[in-house]
Amino acid sequence: MSEVALRPARVALVGNPNTGKTALFNALTGSRQKVANYAGVTVERKEGHIVTAAGRALSILDLPGTYSLRARSPDEVVTRDAVLGKLAGEQAPDVVVAVADATNLRLVLRLILELKAVGRPMVLALNMYDIAQRQGLRIDLEGLERDLGCPIVTTVATRKRGIEQLTAQVDALIASGALSTENVWHEPSAGEIRGAHREAQRILKAYVRPPERPDTLTGKVDAVLLHPVAGLAILFSLLFLMFQAVFTWATPAMDGISAAFAWLGVFVGQALPDGLLKSFIADGVIAGVGSVLVFLPQILVLFFFIILLEDFGYMARAAFLMDRIMGGAGLHGRAFIPLLSSFACAIPGIMSTRVIDNKRDRLTTIMVAPLMTCSARIPVYTLIIGAFIPNTHVWGLSLQGLVMFGLYAAGIASALGVSFVTRRLFWRGAVEPFLMELPTYKLPSAESVLRNLLTRGQIFVSRAGRIIFPIMIVVWFLSTFPGPPAGATEPAINFSLAGRLGHLLEPLLAPIGFNWQMTVALIPGFAAREVAVAALGTVYSIGDADNHVGALATQLSNHWSLATGLSFLAWYIFAPQCASTLGVVKRETNSWRWPIIMFLYMTTLAYLSSLLVYHVAVAMGGG
Amino acid sequence: MHDMLAEPIGATALDATSVATADCVRLSTVGPGDRGEIVDVRAESHPDGHGVDVHELQRRLLEFGFVEGARFEVLHEGAIWRDPIAIRLDDMRVALRRRDAEDVWVRLDRT
Repeated sequence: MSEVALRPARVALVGNPNTGKTALFNALTGSRQKVANYAGVTVERKEGHIVTAAGRALSILDLPGTYSLRARSPDEVVTRDAVLGKLAGEQAPDVVVAVADATNLRLVLRLILELKAVGRPMVLALNMYDIAQRQGLRIDLEGLERDLGCPIVTTVATRKRGIEQLTAQVDALIASGALSTENVWHEPSAGEIRGAHREAQRILKAYVRPPERPDTLTGKVDAVLLHPVAGLAILFSLLFLMFQAVFTWATPAMDGISAAFAWLGVFVGQALPDGLLKSFIADGVIAGVGSVLVFLPQILVLFFFIILLEDFGYMARAAFLMDRIMGGAGLHGRAFIPLLSSFACAIPGIMSTRVIDNKRDRLTTIMVAPLMTCSARIPVYTLIIGAFIPNTHVWGLSLQGLVMFGLYAAGIASALGVSFVTRRLFWRGAVEPFLMELPTYKLPSAESVLRNLLTRGQIFVSRAGRIIFPIMIVVWFLSTFPGPPAGATEPAINFSLAGRLGHLLEPLLAPIGFNWQMTVALIPGFAAREVAVAALGTVYSIGDADNHVGALATQLSNHWSLATGLSFLAWYIFAPQCASTLGVVKRETNSWRWPIIMFLYMTTLAYLSSLLVYHVAVAMGGG
Repeated sequence: MHDMLAEPIGATALDATSVATADCVRLSTVGPGDRGEIVDVRAESHPDGHGVDVHELQRRLLEFGFVEGARFEVLHEGAIWRDPIAIRLDDMRVALRRRDAEDVWVRLDRT
């Protein structure tokens, strides 16, 4: 048998952003899709396998949206290279399906002219055809088909209309033996882009009659949502709501997951005899898996809002409203949502930086995201504030509350500061042009939102887990080996590698007022910031420190000076030790370089700020 | 691209109606409610100020539909320094920074 008969025919979906291309992909493939990465780049590769009514196997590839084959972002490079058949590990598509928003044809016609130059057999899917009909937009399909020289199918992806006709058309095109013509595509010059626009204008004029009842809703909604005052007020209310939901909706689920894994740990602990295996399974494997899964509820809630707002068409508006505000610190308008998400947890924040096209803009955002005060710092802040900040009131405000607010403010200020310095010193030059389509508002489809949400969850668990989990095992190993000698009265961790490392590092951290117990606690705390609380409990021999914070706080206030306590707080504003974040940065940037730089710069900032706080506090009598 | 520089300003639109360039303003200076037609998209202002070179910016503007002859209407502007601006460009809505709009020359409708 020939190779052609064995492999499914390859179909690539290409189109402008906001044309419902992903909805069409979902309608075509349903649950038979899998998400991976293209070899060597962090662009998502979405592929699905289907069989047409005529029995032909098709492999459908959803390529990132683009306005031109002249690629500008990593996503668009993938689209161009995939269409041209130049992408490593991918073969050229047998058929290209150009997906167009039937109500907005001008720019996609220009893209179609470029696709024609590539010479692959092509089908044009006029999506959102129901909206076009409702608006009274008339398209001479036969004329357009003749002029473009490719078959046209009208589709309504959200209602699964026209899907069978589309696959049948693709099938017919393959069956007819339509072959690729010579690829004559090259990067168009400014003059050629102008020429393509004139051609698109001619085609529009000849075959498309403007809508009798054009969409006026988007204009009316924008009058409010893009209003300089009301628009910003609505944006901030929306974000406040989102932030609240992340905490309130996710907390029960997170507590449930924590409790379930704690119970599982205890259960396994009872079932297994004491020893290494028990410790490995209970404290290493189960605690490790738990520490990955515990982030899942926050990630799902956050992405639920992000996907909803994106599908609705609001994200482009949020970027519009925030662009100038973020621009002062050298960040792109689109960096706003990821940074806000990072207040809950830097992991979903970093994952959502995919909305930023430009690599430098995206990297700057990734690098400063962990400086936003994430929820894992709260247990540490609460403990230290409770131990060292008197519960008094200043001007009618709780002093403890003010310190907490100050820590959040310090996080925001440092994120903006680091971004500003990065853009001034290392990546000089202006932020990428801000040039963005404001799509018409659309009601998101529940199925599509849920499917995307599910995909996000899967990606997090499978990929982030693959990196986070081994780090958890390493941390467990360090805190367990070697075990304490027989008859030892001190906590076991003191004898472990982590304990020795703590003692070894103590002279280094002494100038910032840290004692060896703190240094030791920082090492298991590398697994996740809040683990430092339990670790401090272990070294100060207070069992179950998470539930006896009061006792631990008393211990700390007896053992530490005020200067040491403040220094520890300052350390945690920057605190680089979160293995999960570093793991996700590795995953999102596809390189160990960025997590290493992140770790080094955050450690340096943490050390310097602790040094400053400690010595100022000592000089003021807090030693 | 050099051929574009050599092209006389607004060859497509201006010559046909022989309107003086004095009638034209930069898109970066317009405000909400202003409407008109794009007469020229150049590649000359702030060579280092866009994060990409001016020819790349010109091509992106063209790709987005900022092309000679296109109709536009300014819809909204941002709260800080009235930036960025949101405009209706033919039948779509586009947002861009004023800085990146400097090389787009437009002729406003007289009302």
